[in-house]
Amino acid sequence: MTDRAGGSARASGGAAHGRLAQELERFGLVIVWLATIAFFGALRPDSFLSWSTFSTIFGSQAVLVVATLGLIIPLTSGDFDLSIASVLTLSSMMIAVMNVNLGIDLWICIVAVLAMALATGLVNGFFTLYFRIHSLIVTLGIGTFLHGITLWISDSMTISGIAGGLVAAVIGTRLFGIPLAFYYALALCAATWYVFARTAAGRRLLFVGRGREVARLSGVPVDGVRRGALVASSLFGAVAGIMYAGTTGAADPSSGMTFLLPAFAAAFLGATCIDPGRFNPWGSMLAVYFLITGITGLSVLGISTFVQDLFYGGALVVAVTLSQIVRGREERL
Amino acid sequence: MTAAAAAAAAGPLLQVENLSKHFGGARALDRAELSVRAGEVHGLLGHNGSGKSTLIKVLAGFHDPDPGARILLRGREVPLPMPAGTARELGISFVHQHLGLIPTLTVLENLLLGDLATDRRWRIRWQAEAAAARELFERFGLALDPRATVADISPVERALLAIVRAFRDMKPDGGLLILDEPTPFLPRRDVQRLFALVRRVVEGGASVIFVSHDIDEVREITDRATVLRDGRVAGSFTTREVGKDRIVEMIVGHPVARQQQRPSFRTDRRAARVQGLRGAAVQDVSFEVAEGEILGLAGLIGSGYDQVPSLMYGAVRPEAGSLALAGGRTLDLTRATPAQAIAAGCVLVPADRQNKAVIGTLSVAENLGMPAYRRVTSPWAVSAARLSANAARLAEAFDVRPRATDLPIASLSGGNQQKAVVAKWLQLQPRLILLDEPTQGVDVGAREQIFAHLREAAGRGAAVVVASSDFEQLESLCDRVLVFAHGRIASELEGGRITKHSIAEHCFGADTDKEIPS
Repeated sequence: MTDRAGGSARASGGAAHGRLAQELERFGLVIVWLATIAFFGALRPDSFLSWSTFSTIFGSQAVLVVATLGLIIPLTSGDFDLSIASVLTLSSMMIAVMNVNLGIDLWICIVAVLAMALATGLVNGFFTLYFRIHSLIVTLGIGTFLHGITLWISDSMTISGIAGGLVAAVIGTRLFGIPLAFYYALALCAATWYVFARTAAGRRLLFVGRGREVARLSGVPVDGVRRGALVASSLFGAVAGIMYAGTTGAADPSSGMTFLLPAFAAAFLGATCIDPGRFNPWGSMLAVYFLITGITGLSVLGISTFVQDLFYGGALVVAVTLSQIVRGREERL
Repeated sequence: MTAAAAAAAAGPLLQVENLSKHFGGARALDRAELSVRAGEVHGLLGHNGSGKSTLIKVLAGFHDPDPGARILLRGREVPLPMPAGTARELGISFVHQHLGLIPTLTVLENLLLGDLATDRRWRIRWQAEAAAARELFERFGLALDPRATVADISPVERALLAIVRAFRDMKPDGGLLILDEPTPFLPRRDVQRLFALVRRVVEGGASVIFVSHDIDEVREITDRATVLRDGRVAGSFTTREVGKDRIVEMIVGHPVARQQQRPSFRTDRRAARVQGLRGAAVQDVSFEVAEGEILGLAGLIGSGYDQVPSLMYGAVRPEAGSLALAGGRTLDLTRATPAQAIAAGCVLVPADRQNKAVIGTLSVAENLGMPAYRRVTSPWAVSAARLSANAARLAEAFDVRPRATDLPIASLSGGNQQKAVVAKWLQLQPRLILLDEPTQGVDVGAREQIFAHLREAAGRGAAVVVASSDFEQLESLCDRVLVFAHGRIASELEGGRITKHSIAEHCFGADTDKEIPS
């Protein structure tokens, strides 16, 4: 799964214990995840270790996986997309308003949502690249603007009753007991991994993020790559929004916004495993499921919902610290 | 002035004796001496590597000299090694080429920077400080608004502000102001303003050391001067008693006729022609380079020679200029991008390796593969194995050590990084190779290997253009050297006339009408 040319010989001297330490680092999060499951399983074997708990986790968190996958694209090329959760929320609300209130066919709704996401990505790219404003600021502003539109078109109300076809396609139909949403996320993860690891475009993304000037002088169209990354993250946000509308068959104007922080936490935590030091799709997906396992476990223990904020907030800071350590060591090596 | 006269009678303000400095095995200063009298402007001359900047850095307390050196200020011995902050306490102030101003702050804030950084006052009386600043500027004949933002004032005003600030930070009883190459980026007219200010600073009771490449400027502003060459004092004299030719001779040493056989692959076929290049410090430059030719670009700091490779490559956009390549392709450089240059068979090895040539956190293989995806593997199914094999082949051919190409490139030595950079570009088999300071921070062994690869490329018919401040390197490498002055090509040296001394002479002598015989 590593996309590093040359594989695993980077431990100095290739000593056996060096390689072991390396593999431990790559799969450390898997081990921690299994330990977490074992911990909660031991405490609450009946309620926690049930298939329904896990199939719920896999299905319901697919939205967060897709949002995180979207986020790591601009993060790799050195930009932030804080508008991704707003695109997600607006997408689900557009489906609800168009489909329920206006009675428009679902497919047309989806096309409209994707068009909106495309436009958002281009606007983000335009302000970031043409006026050289930091993407953090641009996407923060655009994101807030989009959330305003969400509140406006929904009248700040929850709208339910979206066509059953969407619900069936996202969460209603199960394969091996797990809702289809999970497989969509899995497929997107595999596709993102392929682009990151096996295409020149993915490599360019990394070059631009790590050394913008070096990339430019090596003939990489830096602005095009950054614009492409911001458009891609918006489109991923829209797909996540469509899936979000499908998981509940309804849309509310605020809950989608809460995906932003967990997505960042998962992106940075994901960068500490599988391919340590780099934002990577499999690591991100793993991190999402690790985080949600912890939260589910704590709530099964009966701890109230504030634990979510404690867990996600803490995880973000710990994850960023860990990835900083990984990267710092890479530079010193 | 009476105080200065009294001090002069009592002996020199600054006396440096027996100053040596080694860096590892390399000797930067060899028993250098310097004597600056109170109330004088003292020039310090020499070319790159002569020991000028090492001497200045010793005075700043940045480098510790080798044992045995003595530094006396106003007759009192300065403790060596100098504890941090000593220079400031002793009343020695520095203005470096980079001035040390913060562009986004106001003139007044920059003026008070030293105070604000160290003072523990609770309240700053801005009104009073502004009034004091106006008074100070008036005294030096500067029309500067203390409330203006430094980014908005002209380059010369910035230099003047830095000098006034340095003067303000000195002791009132006559300190020592060291100006380290303050003029290379200033137009002639502005240099006069700067000199007027220097004269006022001296009238105010200070002494000045003026470090420069430019003989004419040194002759104009200094009372006495010292020339360093290879870390030793080549001469110390009263400026108006010594002619320019004699000073050039001291700087470059006596020309040694050293004729060595240089292999030449130069052909008569034109590889590229630059026309009407103008932008940054480059004024109006046109030249041609032939297939198989290695062309050197030289000049003093600020003469523009070092910007030519970047301008030819589209890395920096010029205001005007075109590049015609063999095969009839012409790039409009005001619009060209590096990608187009690469497609046309042109590559650039930039001077700033850390920021422009390598991505330190990525592996050697990834850095080597950067421009070569299409050659090595399919862009839609990148094969890590093929990239790895390609990198291993290049590391072998260019002797990049260690051979482990999956190490982050930052972990390699400077010489090996540079070999990797050269390998990264030469694998494309370019027709035109542009290099800016290709051996900066590169050890001698790696340097020779890089030269061998450049000669090999020339042997295959590539044209090589190399900008360098290392004249010895140009001597051993080039078929032809263009010497720049004030953004233009001032002279052209060919074949046996290319020696490091002749290049230096043309660099220093290019300002005058008088031709210095080589």
